[in-house]
Amino acid sequence: MVSKLVSRRDIEFLLYEWMDTTELIRRARFAEHSRETFDASLDTAERIATELFAPHNRKADLNEPSFDGTRVHIIPEVKTALKAFSAAGFNASAKDHALGGMQLPTVVEQACLTYFLAANAGTTGYPFLSIANSNLLVAHGSPAQIDTFARPVIDGRFSGTMCLSEPQAGSSLGDIRTRASPDGASPWGPRYRLFGGKMWISGGDHELYDNIIHLVLARTPDAPPGSKGISLFIVPKVLINANGSPGERNDVALAGINHKMGYRGTVNTLLNFGEGRFTPEGRAGAIGYLVGDPHKGLSYMFHMMNEARIGVGLGATALAYTAYLHALEYARSRPQGRRIGARNPATPQVNIIEHPDVRRMLLAQKACAEGALALNLYCSRLVDDKTTASLPEDRARATLLLEILTPICKSWPSQWAQESISHAIQIHGGYGYTRDYPVEQFYRDNRLNPIHEGTHGIQAIDLLGRKVVMDQGAALLALHDRISDTIGRARASSLPLEDSADVLENTLNRIVSTTARLHDAGDEERKLGNATLYLEAFGHLVLAWIWLDQALTTEGKVGDFYEGKRQACHYFYRFELPGVGPRLDLLDRLDQTTLDMQDTWF
Amino acid sequence: MKVLVAVKRVVDYNVKVRVKSDKTGVETADVKFSMNPFDEIAVEEAVRLKEKGGATEVVAVSLGVAQCQETIRTALAMGADRGIHVQTDAELQPLAVAKLLKAICDKEQPQLVIVGKQAIDDDCSQTGQMLAALAGWAQGTFASKVEINGGEMNVTREVDGGLETVSLKLPAVVTTDLRLNEPRYASLPNIMKAKKKPIDALTPEALGVDIAPRLITVKVEEPAKRQGGKKVADVAELVEKLKNEARVI
Repeated sequence: MVSKLVSRRDIEFLLYEWMDTTELIRRARFAEHSRETFDASLDTAERIATELFAPHNRKADLNEPSFDGTRVHIIPEVKTALKAFSAAGFNASAKDHALGGMQLPTVVEQACLTYFLAANAGTTGYPFLSIANSNLLVAHGSPAQIDTFARPVIDGRFSGTMCLSEPQAGSSLGDIRTRASPDGASPWGPRYRLFGGKMWISGGDHELYDNIIHLVLARTPDAPPGSKGISLFIVPKVLINANGSPGERNDVALAGINHKMGYRGTVNTLLNFGEGRFTPEGRAGAIGYLVGDPHKGLSYMFHMMNEARIGVGLGATALAYTAYLHALEYARSRPQGRRIGARNPATPQVNIIEHPDVRRMLLAQKACAEGALALNLYCSRLVDDKTTASLPEDRARATLLLEILTPICKSWPSQWAQESISHAIQIHGGYGYTRDYPVEQFYRDNRLNPIHEGTHGIQAIDLLGRKVVMDQGAALLALHDRISDTIGRARASSLPLEDSADVLENTLNRIVSTTARLHDAGDEERKLGNATLYLEAFGHLVLAWIWLDQALTTEGKVGDFYEGKRQACHYFYRFELPGVGPRLDLLDRLDQTTLDMQDTWF
Repeated sequence: MKVLVAVKRVVDYNVKVRVKSDKTGVETADVKFSMNPFDEIAVEEAVRLKEKGGATEVVAVSLGVAQCQETIRTALAMGADRGIHVQTDAELQPLAVAKLLKAICDKEQPQLVIVGKQAIDDDCSQTGQMLAALAGWAQGTFASKVEINGGEMNVTREVDGGLETVSLKLPAVVTTDLRLNEPRYASLPNIMKAKKKPIDALTPEALGVDIAPRLITVKVEEPAKRQGGKKVADVAELVEKLKNEARVI
């Protein structure tokens, strides 16, 4: 094994054996690509991640960004790494040629990003946000806005942020208070002055790039209350003159830095807009330019949410993956104890991978990391199919599948990576609990993933309340078709997968009936009260499907790699999937325990 | 001025090589290969010469199995203009490589050949010197700095006593040391451009070169395991051990 970030063999299995990624080059958008360019992109990603991102992962964790009242200090290795990232073209890899991009398929782009996320989640946070920021502007900005504010982000000169939350409004964005008052016209459309505070802004202030383009949600004076009255604004840290040169400092002030449990390399800030620290054109107020139409800001933001949520899931997957590979190497090289039954202390000790319980934990990690990576890359492929599949019905189907799988793609890796990384710590024993080994950092870094870009609970409500019933259940039906297809192929396969196919079919039928039962429950509280359990059961169903489908790909193939895939599939069906039944039992009973519990009883 | 760089496909420097059980060589099945790191430095230097205006064309040459094309493609993605692949599945020893490169030099007439000072697989450090001898060209080996002035070049060499600067008449052969430069990463735009750059396919037979090995590999073994250290009680014991056990004083 070479890399401890993520297995290249597995990536190649997923891209070229499980999914037919090279088939994409028949589509006009990807016509200039080939397996060669995909592989060369992965090579460059692996090298830069290994040589410039991984080496300062611990140092960035131990030396988190600091604020001296004027400037933010970040260790210099971060800037060096980010420069190489931009110079290699990763900010623009999936973008249009017209924007200086490479039109790499999203699925290959995401496979490349996995290396960076595994090497150094904190440093990768900056370009990750910038890519999302420029994607949003390219989708919804005017041509002038794209030229001035998105292009420099795409070519790596500027970075970008997403400013949604406020100290009093996080998950409930309808309650934000930041105000935007009209301030005349500009070459970039209607100009406004913004006033308010934004919380949890990753990459909110630093000197890693020439400028920072904030995308800020705020209310115009005539805005209706709630989420229907939110508009989106471009607010540069340093204003840009009409000729593109840097202008005055905008009235965006860093109020403070949040001190986090993990992901410490990404500076996380509280920003004050319009507090008067700076006075562009002689007065207080952060200058911003309206994106698209007023009051549609939240829908623009959520347009990008699918991709952002796949990104969070991928971040969790990458941490689970690198933790697994670290644990595997440790288990293969740490002698401790003897086999069960071998009592003679004169015999040499065995490496701990010889102990079945250690192999159980490694299998759990393998099933989690490889299963989650397969799911994330499958969803990334759906992003490609949604826009580039040749038949309209294929595009429509990809869109539906993406809708229903996005909450799983975000929540499943986030939740189970935590347990998986915990196994990695366990395998390292006391050493794993120290800062001398990297696994404790992976554990802390991942803990953010069930929280940001829509918490775990919000994913649950999104899935049960919206996605499974959207378009009269069309998304659920589309997924049902895919899973049934896999079940059919498993029954026809020469591999001994019949039992797994039966279990998967039974679980699928149960999920469908539980879904109907919850939606017939009558009131919303009873329906959604235990939505998180539903999310978890649904997530395991999806992963069981992904594993069976991977196992099918190994039919007729010999060698350790394929044996490992088949065994991980068996593990998932025998150890993990049985946990779904009790969750569905409880959901079917419309259990009221949490609803009936009273505040004063605690 | 045309610059030729030779790039060798070797087992990746991150791979922990294992000796085959029959001791005929190292395990290469399911092992990652990449460009010899010293050759990456050679490509980088050639591309920099081109960017500075000193070179007009950079040609990357690789000799060996079909997959050497990937190594050439990497050189093209770093900025080389075209490639030449001499395909053979036979074992290539440094003398054969030097002869093949000499034959290519006869065809291509480069003013400068840059090669890595050694390959990280066999560590021979012979090819550049042999090529210079066969071609009758000047050589500047173990270069840590290269400057071209018209028909001459100055090469700063890393030698045991420090740095030595030699002046060479072109055409010449330069072999690269570690500190010559830091090679760039192949960027995605350049990977796309590399796809369109031509690679010529040749064979040793077509070049009329006899590549038969002149040396026989008797056996390949792992280096002897290091003995554990010992703690000595005092200086007297240390001196005694240095004298009688290590025999270094």
